[in-house]
Amino acid sequence: MLEDKDRIFKNLYGLHDWRLVAARARGAWADTKTIIERGHEAIIDEVKASGLRGRGGAGFPTGLKWSFMPTKFDGRPSYLVVNADESEPGTCKDRDIMRHDPQLLIEGAFLSSFAMRAHVSYIYIRGEFIREREILQTAIDEAYDAKLIGKNNVHGWDFDLYLSHGAGAYICGEETALLESLEGKKGQPRLKPPFPANVGLYGAPTTVNNVETIAVVPDILRRGATWFASLGPPNNTGTKIFCISGHVNTPCNVEEEMGIPLRELIDRHAGGVRGGWDNLLAVIPGGSSVPCIPANQCDDLPMDFDSLKALKTGLGTAGVIVMDKSTDIVRAIARISYFYKHESCGQCTPCREGTGWMWRVLERMARGEAEKDEISMLLDVSYQVEGHTICALGDAAAWPVQGLIRHFRHVIEERIDARATKPIAPSVPVAAE
Amino acid sequence: MSVRRLAADQPEGFAFTPENLEWARAEMKKYPEGRQASAVLSILWRAQEQMGGWLPEPALRYVADLLGLPYIRLYEIATFYTMFNLAPVGRHFVQVCGTTPCWLRGADEIKDTCRRLIGAPGHVTPDGLFSWIEVECLGACVNAPMAQIDKDYYEDLTPESLEDILESLKAGRPVTPGSQIGRQTSAPLGGPTTLTDPDLYPEHETLEPASPALTDAEAKRPGAAANLRERPVQKPPIAKDRKPRQK
Repeated sequence: MLEDKDRIFKNLYGLHDWRLVAARARGAWADTKTIIERGHEAIIDEVKASGLRGRGGAGFPTGLKWSFMPTKFDGRPSYLVVNADESEPGTCKDRDIMRHDPQLLIEGAFLSSFAMRAHVSYIYIRGEFIREREILQTAIDEAYDAKLIGKNNVHGWDFDLYLSHGAGAYICGEETALLESLEGKKGQPRLKPPFPANVGLYGAPTTVNNVETIAVVPDILRRGATWFASLGPPNNTGTKIFCISGHVNTPCNVEEEMGIPLRELIDRHAGGVRGGWDNLLAVIPGGSSVPCIPANQCDDLPMDFDSLKALKTGLGTAGVIVMDKSTDIVRAIARISYFYKHESCGQCTPCREGTGWMWRVLERMARGEAEKDEISMLLDVSYQVEGHTICALGDAAAWPVQGLIRHFRHVIEERIDARATKPIAPSVPVAAE
Repeated sequence: MSVRRLAADQPEGFAFTPENLEWARAEMKKYPEGRQASAVLSILWRAQEQMGGWLPEPALRYVADLLGLPYIRLYEIATFYTMFNLAPVGRHFVQVCGTTPCWLRGADEIKDTCRRLIGAPGHVTPDGLFSWIEVECLGACVNAPMAQIDKDYYEDLTPESLEDILESLKAGRPVTPGSQIGRQTSAPLGGPTTLTDPDLYPEHETLEPASPALTDAEAKRPGAAANLRERPVQKPPIAKDRKPRQK
């Protein structure tokens, strides 16, 4: 288990003051000037050496992403955009960072912007986080007042940080949709390439990073890449905030070492599965976008990017959704499908039409009102959606369905059988919406 | 996709109060010259607050004129972003999260409670006090089930605690946002399993518990006093069972 001294988010639960004075006493903004005196490249190299992978879901190496930014000024400014549009079902980690440890995020934004030669950064926070927005704005104002950021600040790198917000669209967590939204448009993703590092916000080079990614940067630079890389298995280094929700005795957020076994994570911090470990049915290990895995794969499962990928699922945002044997797994996944149907931006046909189609079929399957060969058809349609859309929302809508059929096909079949023995009630036709 | 349309009944016109107009102009300054359209979401949000929770069509045209945008851009935005209500809502607007993590822990019962006490989704009670809808994940999954009422999250709900909250709001009594079962934010029930090492925290910090952010960035209804805050009192973070470190 991770020792308290190795944790980055010392005020994760808000037991202490979030204001600047207290945050500095806990170590924020210490040696920031010494760090930036190392230079732009040295900081990027340090982050590369730490092995930090993006905490927003995809797990792309952060230092590598930063190195795509231009090093020569071509007349366009560079931007860092912090993605605080946390909306992935099962995930609530960035909220705790913003309301309880906002200075870590602000300092991280400053250091990351310096590394990428950006003088302006925007934080795009989801619209529903109104109180979090107030706290974060107050924290930004405090940092300005203390001359930690702003023009002519004590660190000698001019830096402006602005807080912007969304208005309830999940898709705006996708980086190019976020940029569209930040430019004052509908949040519909852009085709890539060009990637944001070449053509991003206002057509200028932009890097979009998750809140947690940015907030761990100051600690990596202060304590050294070796310290961060010593935590967790190779290629999956560092600490991670896990959000354990669903059928556990004490759901919670907790910062733990990457690679912690799932069972230890649940038993130690979340009070165990409701009704005991043997009562576990399935786990969605990384937010609703990743496929679920059945209990028999959960016994010695290390929670990191590579181990979960080997099981055809993913660490995603580390939002662990636990389901015990009382769960109607078909209905649980149907509800996730409804979520994607609701949140599809409508730009690409496979996703706009496919998400609604998959949801309607799953709703019927949850009631048993389906034919068995429709299961294969549903799987086939999910593959038609996956990979055929501009952004990853199509994939994210297809994967939970694929996970359900991969591991729980028998449940759907049993339900169809049970229904077939009963008289069929006239079903209400559902039009495409 | 969610299909949304403007309401049939629309007011005559819309204009920002002078304070809100000044605020909107300041918001536009956050963005580079010529990129003022970036402020559209926050300005629309302010317009919605001024209108008491919904966006009429004249407000869309007003904001378009303010930002120099074609009207169609505003219609697109207002129908795309689901936090913009296109029809009037209750004085207290209840948004119940129904996505899987909340559903697993009883969101259906929370919805039933709303249906029983308020009515069908979108229906405004005759006294104008309440309306409710089901929304997608609000990002407080470890405190499920939960609902957002106005600006605050109410977490770890039960049908009983939600009924209490709604009755208190109706009677004008103060309500406490956050966990309704006494949990410290997202920590496990019964206390944190981590961050218990007192050496992490300097001594002075325990003397000064944090207070909620005070901002005047709240939208004011027309005629409301400048210092009026709708916000219920937030529970200050407390350090339980922990003594100041001795030097």
